[in-house]
Formats: sequence, C-alpha cells, structure tokens
Amino acid sequence: MTTFEQLQPQTNEGFFARIMSGVIRSFKRNAVAYLFLAPWLIGFIALTLYPMGYSLALSFTDYDFTQPDSTQWIGLGNYVKMFGSVVGLSEFTAPSGEVMRVDPYYMKSLSVTFTYVFVSVPLKLIFALGVAMLLNQRLRGVPFYRAVYYIPTLLGGSVAIAVLWRKLFEKDGLINGFLGVLGFTDLPGWITNPNYALWTLILLTVWQFGSSMIIFLAGLKQIPQEYYEAASVDGASKVRQFFSITIPLLSPVILFNLVIQIIGAFQAFTQAYIIGGGRGGVLNSTLFYTLHLYIQGWTYHEMGYASAMAWVLLLIIGLITAIVFRSSSWWVSYGVGE
Amino acid sequence: MKTNTFFRHGLTHLFIIALGVFMIYPVAWMIISSFKPNNMIFSDPGLIPTTLTIENYITGWQGYAGTTFGRFFTNSLLMCVVAIIGNVISCSMAAYAFSRLSFSGRKVWFAIMMLTLMLPGHVTLVPRYILFNTFGWVGSYLPILVPKFLATDAFFVFLLVQFMRSLPKEIEEAAIIDGCGKIGVYWRIIVPLASPALVTTALFTFLWTWDDFFNHLLYLTRPDTFTVSRALRTFVGDAGAVSNWGGALAMSTLSIIPAFILFFSLQKYFVQGISTTGIKG
Repeated sequence: MTTFEQLQPQTNEGFFARIMSGVIRSFKRNAVAYLFLAPWLIGFIALTLYPMGYSLALSFTDYDFTQPDSTQWIGLGNYVKMFGSVVGLSEFTAPSGEVMRVDPYYMKSLSVTFTYVFVSVPLKLIFALGVAMLLNQRLRGVPFYRAVYYIPTLLGGSVAIAVLWRKLFEKDGLINGFLGVLGFTDLPGWITNPNYALWTLILLTVWQFGSSMIIFLAGLKQIPQEYYEAASVDGASKVRQFFSITIPLLSPVILFNLVIQIIGAFQAFTQAYIIGGGRGGVLNSTLFYTLHLYIQGWTYHEMGYASAMAWVLLLIIGLITAIVFRSSSWWVSYGVGE
Repeated sequence: MKTNTFFRHGLTHLFIIALGVFMIYPVAWMIISSFKPNNMIFSDPGLIPTTLTIENYITGWQGYAGTTFGRFFTNSLLMCVVAIIGNVISCSMAAYAFSRLSFSGRKVWFAIMMLTLMLPGHVTLVPRYILFNTFGWVGSYLPILVPKFLATDAFFVFLLVQFMRSLPKEIEEAAIIDGCGKIGVYWRIIVPLASPALVTTALFTFLWTWDDFFNHLLYLTRPDTFTVSRALRTFVGDAGAVSNWGGALAMSTLSIIPAFILFFSLQKYFVQGISTTGIKG
C-alpha cells in the first residue's frame, strides 16, 4: 500500500514531466522550423493572402486610386460591366445608384486572349515535341543544337526582342524585305494590320519553344529504346510507333507542359504592351487580358474594376486547368500496366 | 548500309542546322543591324553590312530624359544582385523547412505553397500596389525587391525542395551527433550541398529580374531609377512609332549580352532548372 502511494505521485510527476518535456521539445522543433519558414510565411500572408482578400473586396466597389474616399459598394457592378455587352447592355444602374457604362472592350480582350492561348500553346508544344524528337537521336553536337534552339526562349521575354519583333513585321521590316526578294509585292504592315497583328504575337510565342523542348527531351530519354525495337520487329511503321509508343509514354510530360504553358499564356503582357505601343494595337487587335487590366487599373485608375478582372482571370485559369486535368484521365497514361 | 547511315545523319544535321539558322536569324539580324547606319536598317534582310558604324551605340546610349544607358545598366545590375541575395536566402530557408524539418502544419503549408505556384499574380496586384503606395515605396525599388526577401517566387522554393529532398539523411544525422543544431545543419551542410540548385535559383532570378517589365512599369516612375527593360520601352512611342531604330536595336543588343554570357557559361544549370521544375519561359 505504502509503496503504491509513494509510487503514485512519482509516476504522475514523471508522466507530467514527460508530457511537459515533450511539449517543450515539440515547441522547440516547431519554433526552429517556423523560424526558417518565417520569410515565406510573412510573404504569403502579407503579399498573397491578404491582397487576395482585399482585391476580392475591391472587386465589389468602384474604388478609384485617385479618389479612394468616394469608394462605394456597387455589388456585382464590375462584373456586369465586364459581361453586360453579351446581352446587349450598354448602361445600367449599380446598387449604389450609380449609373455605370458597360466596358465595350472587355469581350474583345477576352476573345483576343483566348485566340492567343488556344492557338499559340498547341503550336508551341507541337513544335517543341518535333524538335525534341529531332534532337533525341544518337547524333554528335546535340548539346550545342539544344543550346541554339533555346536562345529564342532565353531572350524572348525581354523588351529587346519585343522591340525587334516590331521592326521585323513592320511594313518596311525584315519579313517584307525577304518576301520582296521572293517577288511578293503590296505586302501589309503585319503589326499595324488588325488581321495579322495577333498572329505576329502568336509567332513570337511559338518561337520560344525552348523550355518545353528541354522538358520533352528529358521525357523522351526515359522511354526505353527496346519498345521501338520490338515494334520495328513487329513491323510497326514510324508513324504507328509515334502514336502507340511515344505519345502514350510521353503523355504525363505533355500534360505538364500543357498546364504550365496555358497558365503562362493567359498572363502574357510585355510583348503585347511593347508591340501595341502601350495600347491594344490597331482596333484593339492585340488587347490582351492583362494589358486591358493594366490600362483600366493604371491608366484610368479604375482599380476596383481591375481587381474584378483579375478575379475573373483567376477563375478562367482555374477552370481551364481543372478541365485539362479532368480530361487527362482519358489521354494521359501513367505506366504501361494500365 | 554504312554510307546510307552516314548520308542520313548528314541530312539530319543539315536539317537541324538549317532550322537553327532560321530560328536564330532575327537575333543575328538585330545584332548586325545595330552596326548599320540608321537609313540602311530598313528592309535590308542581309546579314553582311556594307558600311559599319557605331553611331547607333552613341545615339542610343544617350538614353531618355537626360539619363544615359550607363545609369540604366547600373540600376538593372544592382537590382538583380539584391534580388538574387533575397531569393537565395529566403527560398532556401523555406525549402529547408519543407524538405528537412518536421513540424506541425507542414503538409498544409506545402500544399498552399504549391498552389501559389499556379496563382496568377494579377489577383494580388492592386492591393499590393495600394499597400506599397501607403508605405511610400512607389517610385523606389522596394516593391520589387522586398518580396524577394519573403520567398514570393514559389518556383524556387519548389526547385530547392526537390533538390534538398534528394540529399541523403545520413549526413545530417552525423552532423547532429557531432552537436550541430538545425541552424548549423542548414548553414554548414544543406546550403553547401544544395549549391547547384542555388546557382540555378540565382541564374533564373537574374534573368527574370533583368527581363521583367511589368513590375518596372508599375513601380519605377522617375527616369533616373529606370532599369534597362523599362528604358528600352522609351524607344517605342505611344502609338508604337520608333524614331531612332538604330539606337533601339543597339541598346537591345547590349541588353541581351548578360543573358548570353550566363547561358553559355552556366548551361548545365539551365537544363537542370528547366527539367526539374519545368520553369516557364
């Protein structure tokens, strides 16, 4: 009995001490880890999480950067301003009583951006895959060729190349100079013609296929050579081998490249800004979504509207990414066993 | 059979080279044209100039609003150096926590970090601008550089996590037995071992900061603070007209030199960076 009573508090004490030391240890462990995480965590909260909430709130207001004191809640006003033109609306009254005009260029910027994304991304990936397959042979000098093909990607995002692109596709630019040598006359100024301006930007994007090419090349190297040998023995043609071996085995890499490129393409800005001279080009033919957002927010100071536009962009990108991932279940194969 | 293979290889090489020349042509033309007299740049598709001049470099160097390109290059370089320091420190710290330490909430934070990879920056744009404006930072480099010290480039955190995960656990354990704390392990073991990935981080930070235009457009307001990319824009008029093409091409040529030097001297880090994370571009 006595021994038990003597033991009892002792075990309790030991138990308590153990818990305490465990808590202290886990606190210490967490403290050290969070010390390392602190910069990222502060950045995430102050520069991502809080701004996201803030911009969502702003998107329901008519916040004007130059007169923030007169900000009013306008409900879904900004969203009606964006999409109102679809149903033929040109003016409407917001819940605040304010009469608002529908943005006549929003749908144009959306269609320009969608055309750009859905033309440039597939073309870029096809080109990247083609060149990657060309370089995935037992040839001398492949590292050098790979480097050369990467140069446009290395430089393509810069203002320098955008300025150059303007020059190339002007009426008296390099492209027309070449076509002139080949006997063509009466050539348009590609940049200043609303029918072609967007295509010069698509070309500029496809030209920068280097990153996708390097990723494809790494993926192609993973495909065992024996598969092709076995297929050849069975009499499968090169085309058949491409569609039955290369594409299925490369499909995870294709999915990855596709998602990365789509997300990136929706946010393209610099090239359109420079080539359009800070505007949307002739007849807004190169009015990219982000460019329109910038003009609304920083030229017209309509930052509430710009915030709403940003949230719609986020939703569009999220939705399309989700669709691509959903669709992947029937075209992406992970491993041969499936 | 052998001659056949030889012939086929020769053809492949020829095709690759021809396509390569076609790809590189615009850049080569820009470099050559920057040495041509202004009136000969127009519609001269040839690469061999008949008259060479450095006139374009002299007129282009004059810059904008009384500030020369010497200043713009200095601004860009300084900005890149600080951005690299910020990214290397903050991203490697976060990556160390995510990859080598166990703590409560790790999985959740890591998932959130991966989500921010896909987040278009535009949703945070307006509030960030308002925030930086209330701090009085608009017009300075702080809105561009402070985020670098807060690991906002999730791409690099991800790259470094991937790399640090692959380092063997044993080295760390040996160091802990020798009395090294978590901070010591980070500084003495993980950082040196992760140096290849840190070089990749530094490299891409440099290129992206050098080439970044949007943030420079938003936050740099005075010509004497302009960076090279912001200054190049001043060659293009508001309607898109360019008065001094020679100068524009000359300064554009100068602006791509750093990228060239880095690319050809550190090529393996490029390939590593792109194939491990699929860095955009």
